[in-house]
Amino acid sequence: MGNWLTLRGRFHSFQLHRRTITAILLLLAANVAAIIVCVGMGSTTISPINVIRALFGTGDPSHSMIVFSLRMPRVLVAIMVGAALAVSGALLQGIVRNPLTSPDIIGISGGASLGTVVFILYFSHLSIRYMPISSIAGAFAAALLIYFFAYRGGITPLRLVLIGIGMATALTAVTYMLILTASFTPTAVAVKAFTFMTGSIYGVSWERDVLTLLPWLAVLLPVSFVYARHLNVQELGDDVAMSVGSTVHVKRTILLFVSVALAGAAVAIGGAINFIGLMAPHIARKLVGPAYGGVIPVSALIGSLVLLLSDLVARTAFLPLDIPAGVFTAAIGAPFFVYLLYRHRKS
Amino acid sequence: MSKVPTRLSYHTYQIRIDNIREVRKEEVMNTLLKTRAQKVVGLAVSSAVLIAGIICSIAFGVTNIGWRTIVESITAFDGSQEHLIIQTARVPRAFIAAIAGASLAVAGSLMQGITRNPLASPSLFGINAGAAFFIVSGSAFFGASGLSTFATLAFVGAAFTSLLVYVIGSIGSDGLTPLKVTLAGAAMTAFFSSLSLGILLTGGQTFDQVLYWFVGSVAGRDMGIFTTAAPYMGIALAGAFIIARHMNLFTLGEDVATGLGQKTFAIKLAAAVIIVLLAGGSVSVAGPIAFVGIIIPHLTRHLVGIDYRWVIPYCALLGGILLLAADIGSRYISFPKEVPVGVMTAIIGVPFFVYIARRGGVS
Repeated sequence: MGNWLTLRGRFHSFQLHRRTITAILLLLAANVAAIIVCVGMGSTTISPINVIRALFGTGDPSHSMIVFSLRMPRVLVAIMVGAALAVSGALLQGIVRNPLTSPDIIGISGGASLGTVVFILYFSHLSIRYMPISSIAGAFAAALLIYFFAYRGGITPLRLVLIGIGMATALTAVTYMLILTASFTPTAVAVKAFTFMTGSIYGVSWERDVLTLLPWLAVLLPVSFVYARHLNVQELGDDVAMSVGSTVHVKRTILLFVSVALAGAAVAIGGAINFIGLMAPHIARKLVGPAYGGVIPVSALIGSLVLLLSDLVARTAFLPLDIPAGVFTAAIGAPFFVYLLYRHRKS
Repeated sequence: MSKVPTRLSYHTYQIRIDNIREVRKEEVMNTLLKTRAQKVVGLAVSSAVLIAGIICSIAFGVTNIGWRTIVESITAFDGSQEHLIIQTARVPRAFIAAIAGASLAVAGSLMQGITRNPLASPSLFGINAGAAFFIVSGSAFFGASGLSTFATLAFVGAAFTSLLVYVIGSIGSDGLTPLKVTLAGAAMTAFFSSLSLGILLTGGQTFDQVLYWFVGSVAGRDMGIFTTAAPYMGIALAGAFIIARHMNLFTLGEDVATGLGQKTFAIKLAAAVIIVLLAGGSVSVAGPIAFVGIIIPHLTRHLVGIDYRWVIPYCALLGGILLLAADIGSRYISFPKEVPVGVMTAIIGVPFFVYIARRGGVS
């Protein structure tokens, strides 16, 4: 087992392939490089060296100000949202055993959007800390409905996907209806709600966004790393998984719970950013093979990298305009989806 | 596309046709209207309901208008406020709802026949999002404005997107499976909606103008829109009646249809043109309206079975009735504000969609 690194704890043990570790290290380095570039670029360009100086507190005060209070929160939010969406997608693809699904395609993000829009329109007097709760509640309501409708003596992945897509259409319609009919809606609020629906992370702040999102991820991401290995056995099919002693339905419900909560939390802050949940797990599988112990962390890193770069392009390519990052993830994601269909054409 | 064998053995035909006879018998047993006479009466009743729906749509709303005033506004128009409301707002609205509903239902039924996919319908093919994208980019980049320009753009967008989704959905050796085409439609919808929202949000001036294109609505259109689009949609509806007989052979499977001497390619092409005219036309007059193209064909199959010669006229009438009824309902759901009718159909449509997906009619 020379190529495997085994970690044993009291309750859990992990096995990571050497390739996985290499991939994780390389992606970490890429993320750090991307962070430095992202923090440096914008209407005032700061060179990478000055960025690093500012990060260590030895730089020009004006640079430190730009780096810490303006660009850093945005970069951190991009990392967290990207990672959450990617892990959510990876878990979901494992649960429904369909490589073409993601939370945004089957309506879970749609539910979260609805929850958030309800919050923006009706509960805006409350602290933004409660927004993720509203979004996650929306995501759960959508997931429950989809699960309930798709249940007929068990869940088949196909039914889940089809019903999810139908629900996504309906949820989008209801969200638009709320925005258009809320009688007190001035256009500004409507624009805010629509910006949110495309998925953008501009104007984020430490207090409001970074600290709102952080606790959710701090709990959910470790749980998904630990639980991911149960997906490996489920990949073999329910019968096999049950006969080797996995409590399939319990594990699947927990994993679904984590996946939905991650999608909800990501949507609460980042809006409905499409296609990251679809793309990241595929790239991860390509890099480290299908075992979920490796796929989950690698997906997380890829997701954050993709969103960092999309956001970088979105805010610098059309200066002074700041375009929602979701537009760019969609522009990359749709061709990627076609490629996936092409790849899976035999199955 | 599945490979079409050049020749099927006589035996295969016999088995297929026997199977189909069985299915047909069952279909006849399960349909509500069995004999020819019943179907004709049904058609007459539906037509009457459609006309009643148009009249109700003209009469009811924030201002209720009496019978006599409606008739007078046509026979002796005097320019009073009520007559103006009738002629410039209510009448176009009723006609647009009727023709858009009819077109969507017939388009859905043809799409389901051609792709042999019970969930195929304009909205799931991403046609609506594509049309909205063309409108948004037209108005943002080329300064397009006015409802009739938007209508043309919507039409082009619908044609383009449906073709795109069809091609993407047929990638692979198993052809256009329900799952693949649905996923392709969902992905294209996400793609085009993101792009159009992005364009909208960066060019704030167009926002109000195109907002309503994201949810279908038949309100606030003038008669000019109707008279521009109606001829195309009318021709397409007539075309659907004409190819109905040929569509029946498609339900036997493409290979059998070919074997029986059907020019499948020509029929498919004709059906595709008709679908684009119908779906594009309805998007251009009413914006994206979801689920009518799923609900009505399924109801119709329960009513009259699978013979397209009956299915098409029933779809047209019932589609018009559904959209008129949804539109009238949308005026009262949060009275006196109106809910866009596209939202109403989406909410009505989900149970149907769930039912069809659950029934396992899709493989």
